[in-house]
Amino acid sequence: MINEKDFLALLSPAAAEHLELMAQKAHQLTNQHFGRTIQLYTPMYLSNHCSNHCVYCSFSVKHHLMRKKLTLAEVEKEAESISATGLRHILILTGESPKHSPVSYIADCVKVLKRYFDSIAIEIYPLTTEEYQRLVDAGVDGLTIYQEVYDEGMYSKLHPQGPKKNYHFRLDAPERGCLAKMRGVNIGALLGLEDWRKEAFFTGLHANYLQNKYLDTEISVSIPRIRPNVGGFTPKFDVNDKSLVQIILAVRLFMPRAGIALSTRERAELRNNLVKLGVTKMSAGVSTEVGGHSDSEESSGTGQFQISDERDVEEMKTMLYKMGYQPVLKDWQFLNGEM
Amino acid sequence: MTDALIIGDKKIQNRFFTGTGKHPNNALIPKLVDESGVEVITVALRRVDLNNPEENILSYIPKKCVLLPNTSGARNAEEAVRIAKLARACGCGDWVKIEVISDNKYLLPDNYQTAKATEMLVKEGFVVLPYVNPDLYSAKDMESAGAAAIMPLGAPIGTNRGLQTREMVRILINEINLPIIVDAGIGKPSEAAEAMEMGAAAVLANTAVATARDPVNMAKAFSMAVEAGRRAYLAGLGPVKVDAEASSPLTGFLD
Repeated sequence: MINEKDFLALLSPAAAEHLELMAQKAHQLTNQHFGRTIQLYTPMYLSNHCSNHCVYCSFSVKHHLMRKKLTLAEVEKEAESISATGLRHILILTGESPKHSPVSYIADCVKVLKRYFDSIAIEIYPLTTEEYQRLVDAGVDGLTIYQEVYDEGMYSKLHPQGPKKNYHFRLDAPERGCLAKMRGVNIGALLGLEDWRKEAFFTGLHANYLQNKYLDTEISVSIPRIRPNVGGFTPKFDVNDKSLVQIILAVRLFMPRAGIALSTRERAELRNNLVKLGVTKMSAGVSTEVGGHSDSEESSGTGQFQISDERDVEEMKTMLYKMGYQPVLKDWQFLNGEM
Repeated sequence: MTDALIIGDKKIQNRFFTGTGKHPNNALIPKLVDESGVEVITVALRRVDLNNPEENILSYIPKKCVLLPNTSGARNAEEAVRIAKLARACGCGDWVKIEVISDNKYLLPDNYQTAKATEMLVKEGFVVLPYVNPDLYSAKDMESAGAAAIMPLGAPIGTNRGLQTREMVRILINEINLPIIVDAGIGKPSEAAEAMEMGAAAVLANTAVATARDPVNMAKAFSMAVEAGRRAYLAGLGPVKVDAEASSPLTGFLD
């Protein structure tokens, strides 16, 4: 068994000399726990209204970005476009604006989306346990929430205004999701905002704490690297490909049964190479724009950040089959609908 | 040798059962069935995708197979019952393997919830095969509730650690008047053979097959081992002794 200190050692500069050995073991553990399968999903942006000022995010209240919120008819149009690609799992996102995208609005969207999908996860502002419970009752089964940065001092600097200033309310949100009986909870740190070794270590400790305490929730970890955004924030801390690989391997060795999600922030070639190193979920056919799946226009200028891997679902499936992996488009079934 | 395993209205010749999870490509499954002669295949309803025939696991399972839908993902009896009903509505038939797991760490089944689900699903006309921790009294409850077989684990799911629960499984085989099908934890064909030699009615293994370098050949190897173990059981194994023993050391002079 690998303990917390071993995990720290696996993130150390000394371990960087042994990535191949770590990769062999990570590959074997992932195969044992998940088989040669990758679950595919796509994000769907409902609204980009936001009352926070996160200095690294396009949605920041300070930025003159075109603001948009989908009507329920537009949500349905997006759902039709996404479900036509065969995907059955989606992640819905909003900026932090309880005024423009209150819990009731999100629940209404979920009611529409349930007709098209088998698993709906949310990536929105942190809620209370009761609010999470309300969304679980509506049909949400997964929660993604990133602490962004675990270092409390840096967190204050990067979130100077808005409700997101409250570090601890955000830190405890994944646990509230577990208490509300979310089936899956996914956490992460936005890599590049602080020293990655420290941030990856705290992410792992947080995930491990949740995994040991909430045995009926599937815990997963994301490893997002910061991408170009409106406002032109430049990350102060370099996280190169080798570092990203080291984080993925260390997390897999520390938590053999945890999910690891990899987004289109990373370029296609790198994503292909990471398939065998412990990743279990990948997004496909991604747009970070509000209404970006059904909008015929090239870009409405509402995006959260620029993606790097623009492959659609078919291209991702072809790549996975070629690598000897099974793309999994459906891995849950709604139980609270009509029989 | 006519030695069919009878469960519900089905006569099963091949006593090795396998699953569909963790395979690198669903397209392997027809070949695996052909080469190994596997007849019973378990499939998680959560993976059944009727909207997507090309990716739907059911499209790959040969019609001649007996489908054993399972309730993977259920955290309590109510969820298991809903999943079973949805499976039947999806055309997966009347069989169901109940899996109720609320512990992702050890993936151990919750016998209490499983017994409750067994009772409810038998009443709904299902052929119920509960996946259990090998405990005599919960198995007895499930037997009297009308289960069609009992599926005790050999070791936690996916661990490939073999028949760790040997003594408890032996008690179930002796005391329960239903087929005992060892499910989960079996990593090697030799371990499957051991379970069959003890008198298990069948063995189910998925991870050991799906994550092998060559799943088709591994399924064949398991099939052969299960058949060998069954034959040994039927033939009657000799007693095991510590010391070597001549045939009649004391009364040989009488011959």
